[in-house]
Amino acid sequence: MPRVTIQTQPFDWAQEVAQLHAQDSRVGAVCSFVGTVREYSPPAEQGAASSDATIANNIAYNAVHTLELEHYPGMTEKSIEAILDLAQQRFGIFASRVVHRVGVLQPLESIVLVAVTAAHRGQSFQACEFIMDYLKTQAPFWKKEHTPQGPRWVDARVSDDAALARWGVHAPNA
Amino acid sequence: MIRTTPFSAPAAPLSAPLSTPLTLQLKYFASLREGLGVAAETWHSHAPTLGALRQELAARGGAYAQHLAPERTLRMALNQTLAEADTPLQTNAEIAFFPPVTGG
Repeated sequence: MPRVTIQTQPFDWAQEVAQLHAQDSRVGAVCSFVGTVREYSPPAEQGAASSDATIANNIAYNAVHTLELEHYPGMTEKSIEAILDLAQQRFGIFASRVVHRVGVLQPLESIVLVAVTAAHRGQSFQACEFIMDYLKTQAPFWKKEHTPQGPRWVDARVSDDAALARWGVHAPNA
Repeated sequence: MIRTTPFSAPAAPLSAPLSTPLTLQLKYFASLREGLGVAAETWHSHAPTLGALRQELAARGGAYAQHLAPERTLRMALNQTLAEADTPLQTNAEIAFFPPVTGG
């Protein structure tokens, strides 16, 4: 099974995680993260500070009909492979897997899966978060939202750079 | 033993190119691709670095001047690896310019 797959079609994350675990009896922890398409996107400046209450009230939020994901074929796979190598070295995880969708997606659909196996839960939680923080700011994907007001490219967030900086990695994106 | 020649070699005229230009494959993505109306092109350049190449492209004017202007936050890749403005160029390199990434 490849470690990185970029695809337009949906993925079965339960199956992906089960396959990753496979028959590896060293594994004591399997951690996975699935990112999904929201129906509302936060306004550009307030994303990090916005609360769930704001989402519920739907005040300044933009309705999203569809999300379109563009990527840089070749570099995308290469950069995620490099991220997984880093995670492997840093946390001593056994196996890792990233599936990322591109093309046109609807609210509720899954966009990305990150899954890792490790001996202990701490490593697996950390590796999963590390991989996502890296991917969000260093892998060449771009989101375009289609809203009733028209299409708009999603802005990168400084809060995502800060998330990566927690790991001691300073590679600003936004 | 050093041998000197009686005549110095003729100097190259100042107007001659310093060297053969580099052949570069350029790629643009997302809002930059849309703004330029170009996804990929071949470009010949004497620019020594990625940053110098960006300036050279911006000097083409029009949409290039607008979208590659210094105040625009753009990221760059050399042969599919993120790179900085001081990264040296090499011939037949694949160079990509794109806005900050927003995947995940």
